[in-house]
Amino acid sequence: MALLEHPATPLIAPEQGERAARRALRAQIDKLERELADAFVTAYPMGGLETLEPARSHAGPRLLGLGELERIRDELAARVRAARTSIAERADAQAANRVRLEKMLLDPGRYRFVRIANRDIGEPGCGEWFVRPRLGLIGMLMGWWEVKLSSGCPLAGAARALV
Amino acid sequence: MSSVSGRVEPELADEFPGLRLIWTAVDARVRGSSPAVKQRLRELSDRYRGAGVVAMRTQPIPHAYRVFFRQVGLDPDAARIPSEEAAVRRLLQGGFRSRDALADALLLALVETGVPVWALDAGVADVSSLGIRVAVTGDLLGGGPGGGIPVPEGQLVVADSESVHATLFGEPAPGHVPGPRTEQIVLFAIGVDGVPAIHVDEALWVARDVLKTT
Repeated sequence: MALLEHPATPLIAPEQGERAARRALRAQIDKLERELADAFVTAYPMGGLETLEPARSHAGPRLLGLGELERIRDELAARVRAARTSIAERADAQAANRVRLEKMLLDPGRYRFVRIANRDIGEPGCGEWFVRPRLGLIGMLMGWWEVKLSSGCPLAGAARALV
Repeated sequence: MSSVSGRVEPELADEFPGLRLIWTAVDARVRGSSPAVKQRLRELSDRYRGAGVVAMRTQPIPHAYRVFFRQVGLDPDAARIPSEEAAVRRLLQGGFRSRDALADALLLALVETGVPVWALDAGVADVSSLGIRVAVTGDLLGGGPGGGIPVPEGQLVVADSESVHATLFGEPAPGHVPGPRTEQIVLFAIGVDGVPAIHVDEALWVARDVLKTT
């Protein structure tokens, strides 16, 4: 009877509960920001992440409520997901290109005039693998094909001369 | 004079236990930089490479500021944290450009430690009550008897009992920045959760040292 007459007080006051929830959301934002930064660095040599329109705010720095923190957490989670998908797709494409390059090297005649750039296989530099006929027209007629690796990035001076 | 902890409003301190404002005062004037400071900036410029700037956000101190920015409603990809802003400017300009002793001191402190430092004219700052608080209705940026720009209620600001000097991580109001007539400069740094106290102290020390030796 005594229990019925004196309803139990909640173990955690609502204010404390909200504060704990905000703290938990901030911890999640911290973790997601770290994951997004790692994804950003991983994706950089692959051409970088798609630049999403940043969430511009004119309100300036302020104490955020639960709803706003949740929105930021969800946006970050979506960006991390998109970044990982993009990295996985590019990694798959690079793996496929590496396999193709191996096949090109083994049997150039089956991959006539195919070009694969270093960036397409996740390698640095501007080099490009190109299947071309040995000795030009004679090679084409005779079926003599070879894979050449271009020497690298064009010189800045050459680009200026073209303009 | 050693570094002093400023006041952080209890509500803010509850939400952000690592948030702090540390300040120090230095007797110095705004003047041109010495050749030694310019040389130091050049040497620092040489340390920056594109790859390092890309990876910067994974380092503990820039990460801590990026996280804090997000936690207070700023997007660090739109409004860059100070150290990333300096790094991007370095890449775009090809080097850190010397302006004057004060600007160079703040830049050196930022680049060497990752902790941003700002300066106030000691004549307009009441250091005994300097700290971080939430803006209330009627607050004016650069306020005081001369007026100022209204600050939205709820915004986090650096203020003392007399006036609001700056929004948090924003540049101080024009009338509060040290000028040619300034004889004493108040340097203050903002630390957040994840930034070791020694880095905040070091940032102030670097800035003070540059101002004292120029």
